[in-house]
Amino acid sequence: MTYPAAIRRGAVRMGFWEAFCAAILVAFAGVTVLRFTRGLGAVTNLSDRFPWGLWVGFDVLCGVGLAAGAFTLTAIVHIFNLRRFEPIVRPTVLTGLLGYLLVIVGLFFDLGQPWRIWHALVFWNPHSVMFEVAWCVMLYTAVLALEFSPIVLERFRLERLRRLVRTITTPLVIGGVILSTLHQSSLGSLYLIVPEKLHPLWYTPLLPFLFLVSAVGAGIGMTILESYLSERAFGRRLEMDLLEPLARGMVVALGVYGLLRIIIIVKSGAVAALRPPGYEGWMFLLEFGVGVIIPVGLLLVERVRTNPTGLTVAALLAVLGFVMNRLNVSVTGMEAAAGVRYVPSWMEVTVSLGLVALGFGLFALAVRYLPVFPEPTADRGA
Amino acid sequence: MSVGLLYDSTRCVGCGACSAACKEVNDLPPPIEESTTAYTWTVVQNVGGANVRRLCFHCLDPTCVSVCPVGALQKTAEGPVVYDASRCIGCRYCIMACPFGVPKYQWDQPVPVVGKCILCAGRVARGLPTACASVCPTGATLFGEREALVGEARLRIARAPDAYVDHVYGLTEAGGTSVLMLSGVPFESLGLRTNVPKQPLPLLTWRILSEIPSFVSVWGAFLFGIHWITKRRDDVRAFEAAQREQRR
Repeated sequence: MTYPAAIRRGAVRMGFWEAFCAAILVAFAGVTVLRFTRGLGAVTNLSDRFPWGLWVGFDVLCGVGLAAGAFTLTAIVHIFNLRRFEPIVRPTVLTGLLGYLLVIVGLFFDLGQPWRIWHALVFWNPHSVMFEVAWCVMLYTAVLALEFSPIVLERFRLERLRRLVRTITTPLVIGGVILSTLHQSSLGSLYLIVPEKLHPLWYTPLLPFLFLVSAVGAGIGMTILESYLSERAFGRRLEMDLLEPLARGMVVALGVYGLLRIIIIVKSGAVAALRPPGYEGWMFLLEFGVGVIIPVGLLLVERVRTNPTGLTVAALLAVLGFVMNRLNVSVTGMEAAAGVRYVPSWMEVTVSLGLVALGFGLFALAVRYLPVFPEPTADRGA
Repeated sequence: MSVGLLYDSTRCVGCGACSAACKEVNDLPPPIEESTTAYTWTVVQNVGGANVRRLCFHCLDPTCVSVCPVGALQKTAEGPVVYDASRCIGCRYCIMACPFGVPKYQWDQPVPVVGKCILCAGRVARGLPTACASVCPTGATLFGEREALVGEARLRIARAPDAYVDHVYGLTEAGGTSVLMLSGVPFESLGLRTNVPKQPLPLLTWRILSEIPSFVSVWGAFLFGIHWITKRRDDVRAFEAAQREQRR
């Protein structure tokens, strides 16, 4: 193994964040026991009036959306043949795979009877968006695992298997892009059936398309963030020559998304909810300002886009705005119709934070033991 | 040939016999709660002096049936929307999507299932009326063929236009339901949802889902085409570079 020692050394610090994650994971274990012995009512603030909460809104909707960098990057490199982006494909695919695995863990908490998850394979209902979602989760997780497999096979020098996976790269990537398109949009389609419940600031027949485009923007945002965090944690240099053009892609995705939303809201008359803004109105303005207006504004300035800090801040805002959007669709926008306010219990929050902590931990482990970053890292004299 | 119920709020005395009979016939544990839950499938509520029964409306094109990923909910030919607990994975999409807020969940159970009125599907299949209708002392809950019940409802409104709101709830709500209601006071003051679309809701998602096969083939061909073109361009460039190298 000639893997750079700098990365191994860099990953074994025990600082504040590591301790924080460890504490979260201990609480996470406790809540897990309660969840499966006492039922959903004992640990969540869910009710018959509010059956979908944080675990759907954050763990599933955001987990899937933030994994969108994987299909975007593989498409850029393998379908558009822009080979220079190759160095950031591996960490992005890893992020995607971890995202999907954590979505599945999240589903195991949220589903009433998760041990029956295989029922979706046997009992079909093609009229159900949830049926489409279930198949997309399963198939795309498999695709991501295969897309990630060369990294593992390389580590264990299984050359023949690796070549075999290499020969199916193109159909795999195309299949992955198709599945992702379906899956990202289907999460929006879930809400098409509640036109009388979801607030008009978020409900539109174009929800599937909006979910797809916003996920592309947020997925690129995650790729940039993940590069920044890798720089901090593993002493990597930020690939500004690759991230800057990606940021331009993000501006296009967020711009298209933002304009579409403005047009939809004005045309549907939902804009009335902003004059003056009430609870939903303010939540929308916050989401749209943080997630679209500010990052697009920042990234349009070349000096900000080419500056590592400026780029990272803009990406972070886009990701935060994306999370707000998904929570607004799944929680804020549904509250008025439900007639109740929903605030997640601390145990729900613990599970969601635990999944994030698991994600960071698994990413760090993967970087330590697998050739996730292809070229040796430049030692910065640390 | 499908059956249903006609519930006439003006004839209901709120005795609760329907709830008790429902508990007994469907083997549900006591007590009869204030509002419907996974264990209490029907209740009579008194809202501002008027009685209103709460139960599943048994839509003609049910939202719950369409959203269930594993087909645990089905609309039978006789009319009832039934639930197969052995299939349910607990995603609760039915609870989230139902325009009437009917399906309820066993939040207190480690192995939970959904609970909702099944219009006594077993009895109905044997040609019997629902338990609630068979015990109703005033005929406020009437069992019969839906067509006949619609006629009866219209007749009652026509005979006593002052006693009724001029609307049969369930005639067009969500595209029509097997359970119909009449009221002497506006339906929203009974706590019934009046913003339910007049079209069957499953169309909203089926419009998208039915296009998936075409979408996959066109999108797949497009992506492969892009790959084909960009790869060819790279190959040509590499070939030309190699030739230039040779000539040197």
